[in-house]
Amino acid sequence: MRYSGLRVIAEALTGHKGWKPVWRDPAPQPDYDIVIVGGGGHGLATAYYLAKEFGQKRIAVLEKGWLGSGNVGRNTTIIRSNYLLDGNEPFYEFSLRLWEGLEQDFNYNAMVSQRGIINLIHTDAQRDAFTRRGNAMILNGADAELLDQAQVRAMYPFLNFDNARFPIKGALMQRRGGTVRHDAVAWGYARGADSRGVDLIQNCEVTGMRIAGGRILGLETTRGFIGARKVGVAVAGSSSRVMAHAGLRLPIESHALQAFVSEGLKPFIDGVMTFGAGHFYVSQSDKGGLVFGGDIDGYNSYAARGNLPVIEDVAEGGMALMPAIGRARLLRIWGGIMDMSMDGSPIIDRTPVEGLYFNGGWCYGGFKATPASGWCFAHLLARDEPHPTARAYRFDRFLRGLMIDEKGQGAQPNLH
Amino acid sequence: MLTLTCPNCGVAADETELAPGGEAHLKRFGPGASDDDFEAYMFARANPKGIHFERWRHAYGCGKWFLAARCTATLEVFATYPAQSAAPPEAVLAAIRARRPGWEGRS
Ligand SMILES: Cc1cc2nc3c(=O)[nH]c(=O)nc-3n(C[C@H](O)[C@H](O)[C@H](O)COP(=O)(O)OP(=O)(O)OC[C@H]3O[C@@H](n4cnc5c(N)ncnc54)[C@H](O)[C@@H]3O)c2cc1C
Ligand SMILES: [Zn+2]
Repeated sequence: MRYSGLRVIAEALTGHKGWKPVWRDPAPQPDYDIVIVGGGGHGLATAYYLAKEFGQKRIAVLEKGWLGSGNVGRNTTIIRSNYLLDGNEPFYEFSLRLWEGLEQDFNYNAMVSQRGIINLIHTDAQRDAFTRRGNAMILNGADAELLDQAQVRAMYPFLNFDNARFPIKGALMQRRGGTVRHDAVAWGYARGADSRGVDLIQNCEVTGMRIAGGRILGLETTRGFIGARKVGVAVAGSSSRVMAHAGLRLPIESHALQAFVSEGLKPFIDGVMTFGAGHFYVSQSDKGGLVFGGDIDGYNSYAARGNLPVIEDVAEGGMALMPAIGRARLLRIWGGIMDMSMDGSPIIDRTPVEGLYFNGGWCYGGFKATPASGWCFAHLLARDEPHPTARAYRFDRFLRGLMIDEKGQGAQPNLH
Repeated sequence: MLTLTCPNCGVAADETELAPGGEAHLKRFGPGASDDDFEAYMFARANPKGIHFERWRHAYGCGKWFLAARCTATLEVFATYPAQSAAPPEAVLAAIRARRPGWEGRS
């Protein structure tokens, strides 16, 4: 069924009796050409593009819970392509372009809102670094603007501009950045994949891999053995656990990241904002809640809830930036498990096991990557060669010393 | 709030006093090692869901390093022990087995 304004009106006049379930609920077949493990944003996007752009058939997505139950439904929904390094920026710009056409492409309202993102500048050194980053973005075909203090003041007069320690001196702005309704991204890709014949199999946890002679034969699951010619793993925070079934140890640690939503307030933050002196990022949802976040908890965790010190730290960051929020009440807090890679950048690559492919290490910036990650992973799975924008996302960059260290801080699993 | 007892000074410290240092008992491969060994030492991690042996520093206390056995799924702490241990001591393993009878040992 195609969605349109006309359809909504027709349904309204006939008591909304014509809407159908958005996807089927099939039982697993004995075997497939390509099986994707993980029904999050990346897995569903991969299946969608495999079917739509790369002409693949007999595809399944295996999800241990329900579709979109992982990080794709837990993030703070920010999209942007404001990276510095050559290994990253073309990929994230490709992703932003896919976001711009996504709703028409999959005929689903994902509320893609290019409301603009600003990264605040507090010191002269930071202005130099952001100027360099903005130029790198422009060289890669993205948009970037340097704002002075007066321009930021005109946008957000209530910020704490004259804070003695962290005065706001300007911002790096990307007008094409913004937010997207995260659940709708999972649903839109799921619907698009299902309608092209992809089997979306929920409540199906992968518990083992059948490998013989260095080649993958299929997966042991809670719904029985499922044969596969190729397997693509996209399980975010569970990456180390699933790949351990193939005897692999990854350059990844799992950490908890929390998100926060305040009570509904009248509109006062139009875009997305990041505090440059602490770690705090915020936007305001269409329902009026402030959606914000900060750092990971800092130690390995698979508990999808965070601890109190980070909550305090995030609240302090928010108060330093905009004291006005001090009287707003916090409504909800939750956590997600992040696949923190050792250099802060992702991996989309083959593995030593023939037919087994891996997509992960997204740290806490993988939502914005969803369309390009799906496209590039589908490219790799279908053609056995990396997409031009994802060539740097290889496993062996750690062996060869070619880390993609966006912040220049050295390799450690707590970057971004 | 995570609370770990520092075996160096005996203080039961909140996580705000502590700095996490990642997986413990990694065998160091330095100059002269093969590239593969060095890469595995530097970057590859077990990252288990469950019992994890890890390094901590009592950063805002005595300043010294120590080790801890902790569950990454429930955040339960089983024991802390000296940084100079090449492997988890028997008492630490016993403390884990007391709480997790079926535990099969370090992966
Ligand atoms: C609080 C928070 C805020 C964030 N904010 C942002 C942001 O503002 N911008 C941004 O770009 N990114 C953000 N992120 C990061 C982003 O959400 C993730 O990087 C991204 O969603 C990961 O890819 P995914 O959608 O495929 O993961 P997931 O949705 O987690 O999908 C993985 C799926 O694999 C399934 N799975 C795991 N193990 C198995 C198994 N054995 N068998 C079968 N299935 C399995 C899981 O159930 C899960 O559904 C944030 C994350 C969090 C938690
Ligand atoms: Zn101490």
